[in-house]
Amino acid sequence: MTARLRKTGASLPAGGREKPTLSLRRRSLASLSLALLAVATACTSYTEIPIETPIQPKLDTSAFQRIFIAGFIAGANDDVDANMETVRLLRSQLRNKGIMRVIDADTLPLMELAKQNGAEPNAPPVPDQQAVVPPQEQDKAPVINDEKDLEQYQHIFANVAYWKRIGEEYQQPLIVTGAVLFAPQQRSGFVQREQESYDPFGRRVVVPVRTYMERKGFVLRPTFIFIDGRTGETLHTETFREEILYNASQQTPALSSYFELMDRLLPAFLNTLSAQKIKGTRTLLK
Amino acid sequence: MQFRSLAFALSLALVSAPAAWAGQRGQAKEQVEFGIQVAQRGLWKEAIYRWERAAQLDPTYAAAFNNLAVAYEHEGQLSKAREAYEKALALEPNNALVRQNYDLFKEINDRAAQKDGR
Repeated sequence: MTARLRKTGASLPAGGREKPTLSLRRRSLASLSLALLAVATACTSYTEIPIETPIQPKLDTSAFQRIFIAGFIAGANDDVDANMETVRLLRSQLRNKGIMRVIDADTLPLMELAKQNGAEPNAPPVPDQQAVVPPQEQDKAPVINDEKDLEQYQHIFANVAYWKRIGEEYQQPLIVTGAVLFAPQQRSGFVQREQESYDPFGRRVVVPVRTYMERKGFVLRPTFIFIDGRTGETLHTETFREEILYNASQQTPALSSYFELMDRLLPAFLNTLSAQKIKGTRTLLK
Repeated sequence: MQFRSLAFALSLALVSAPAAWAGQRGQAKEQVEFGIQVAQRGLWKEAIYRWERAAQLDPTYAAAFNNLAVAYEHEGQLSKAREAYEKALALEPNNALVRQNYDLFKEINDRAAQKDGR
């Protein structure tokens, strides 16, 4: 019986010479499985295919033929007029994409209006778009450095009567307004970066190194408020935050940083109003 | 005699089961390959029909579910795509290609979910 078992290669209770045989068998089985796996992987045929995934818009804009980028409460940077730049950029993007008819009109003096109605948030709108500003305040530029400074102007967006009147004036469009904070920022701390070196054999080695760096840049924090021009009510609000940091020695114009940051969030803004197709590649298996 | 017949029936079933399974897989594979051809020509609806058929023919065929998921994704049917990817991964948890597709899908799906406030 023992001889028969040995011949067929069946295992015996632990003892003497069977152990090396068993180990050898296991090793050959393991090699065989690995080989089979490799063959199976090699045999898996696949093909790559480009796809476009449609993402539905957040807002149903079917009731609107026209869109009015009314202007923004903005501040925090003297080099960039974030209000005007944002209005220009959004209007041109909407025109290029053919998303509704873009109304080309002067922006609204929102800061002045907000200041005038500040004491009474629900006060009726001023008779004319051009707000009446006390003479002593006319030359004084409002200081907006952070979100807290913006708060005093927020009530203007909830003034339903005002926005309804604006809507009537421009044939009941979808109104886009809000606040844009574009502020310089400075940060110092440890940053991980890759350092190139050569080993004793002359081979190039890249090693991650943590270094202390002074960095400066900008933060862009726009809040887009979409108002129904027929009712004056807010339909949707969306806030974004993007920042960019450079080496402290690098001189980057504020305006180019502003456009770089706006570029990042524009697809999301446009996707609020229209469907967007996200291009990608996937693998089909056989 | 009765035992013999039972044993014969059992062994016949055991012998024919893999053959039947292989036959189903063969048909499913044909559907999958045809689906790929039409998808490459942009006929995604037809591809979906083919891959759904393949998944019905052989519910253990991960490739059919993977391809179906890709097609659903292309058509914007994101919840169906997720289901199909998850089924493909349940069948082949170690398939790196399915995993890669699923990871890419999740990025888009998460964005859409964020938009919906989900």
